[in-house]
Amino acid sequence: MIIFASCIILFLIGLYAIVTKRNLIKIAIGFAFIEYAVNLLFALIGFKHGALAPIITQVNTPHNFVDPIPQALVLTAIVIALGTTALMLTVILRIYNRYKTFDIAEIKKLKG
Amino acid sequence: MIELYLFLIFMLIAAIIATEIKDLLAAVISLGAVGFAVAIMFILVQAPDLAIVQIVVEVLTVVIFVAVILRTTHIDETIGKKLKGTQILSIVLYAFFTILFLIVVFRSFQELPEFGNATMKVASEYIKLGLPQTGGTNIVADVILDFRALDTLGEATVLFTSVIGVVALMRKVGRKK
Amino acid sequence: MRGMSLIVKTITNITVGFMFIYGLYIILHGHLTPGGGFAGGVIVAGAFVLKILAFGSERSAEKKSATRASIFESIGGLLFIGIAMSALLVAGTFFLNFLPKGTPFHLLSAGIIPFCNIAISIKVGAGLFSIFLALGAMKYIMED
Repeated sequence: MIIFASCIILFLIGLYAIVTKRNLIKIAIGFAFIEYAVNLLFALIGFKHGALAPIITQVNTPHNFVDPIPQALVLTAIVIALGTTALMLTVILRIYNRYKTFDIAEIKKLKG
Repeated sequence: MIELYLFLIFMLIAAIIATEIKDLLAAVISLGAVGFAVAIMFILVQAPDLAIVQIVVEVLTVVIFVAVILRTTHIDETIGKKLKGTQILSIVLYAFFTILFLIVVFRSFQELPEFGNATMKVASEYIKLGLPQTGGTNIVADVILDFRALDTLGEATVLFTSVIGVVALMRKVGRKK
Repeated sequence: MRGMSLIVKTITNITVGFMFIYGLYIILHGHLTPGGGFAGGVIVAGAFVLKILAFGSERSAEKKSATRASIFESIGGLLFIGIAMSALLVAGTFFLNFLPKGTPFHLLSAGIIPFCNIAISIKVGAGLFSIFLALGAMKYIMED
């Protein structure tokens, strides 16, 4: 149970960075932490003591595998996370190009 | 399983450093440390597919972050400043949300199986039918490309949308003042 | 962009071919061993990114390869949907594994899964490479 709780702590660190930091790059890093936390929690839930990775090596033996479904769900999500992070960084670059700062309070002040 | 705990502690320390440090390049390197710790933990929980993808994606993530920071600035000017009213309000709201969230998490953890005892209700069917019905010996590939292929199609659409977004935001035509 | 020093260029020349072959291996054996289209596509894109980071490139060449990469991404997506639609036409169900399954542990087995892996790897690799090229074009925009 404590091992799941540390994933929740990583989630809360990411949320802290998103909510309270004023630097845009720090906010992007917070989003990345939330993605890692969710992916890791999925993989940890599917673990079984003494089980092997879900690759069949012999046909006619009983299989003792970890849960393959969380792995299948997370596998695509990792690649998607890279795409969304790149999109977020593109928007951040555009904002920096216009206002010359990463500080969201300054950006709010300079608007209009 | 002692190494799993060690990597979890390493990951949490690196995450705290990444959020609080003044130099943005150091923050990105700490982000990379968190990602590689996650990749090693994927190996420890018997998920080699995820470990391969996570390592390569982590390298590309760090490269993209560093490319952005080198073009702009690498000092976080907002770290040492005094807290403003809105920021104090957001910290209070964050603390409030954290308490609510922890209550929900505590209740939902009662429903989860203990660590290391996955229930495998659906998965046992997939493992039993994977080789006879698809012919592939990698069960994860069987699940993402045969049993749940529509899911993969949706994810490919999301990737396509984000690529379109990046290319459209970075174009130069129509940006003249 | 001038690229990096001689040491980096030499090491890149040695390693980039191995990276490419490793990516192809991961893609083609995706239904037998860990890996698959997503991992292999990202590895191949990483090989291209390493080449560009080490050697640098001209602005016009970068623009041309960005166009080509986005064309390849569309081709990958169309291939993936084409496999699904051919299953619909031949067997009557979207994404049905209609090809013969073959013997396990052989390269040509598992029906449509290897072909789906190839289509996804083209899509993911070209998509991530075009993201990298688009972000690389930022330096020209910032200079203006």
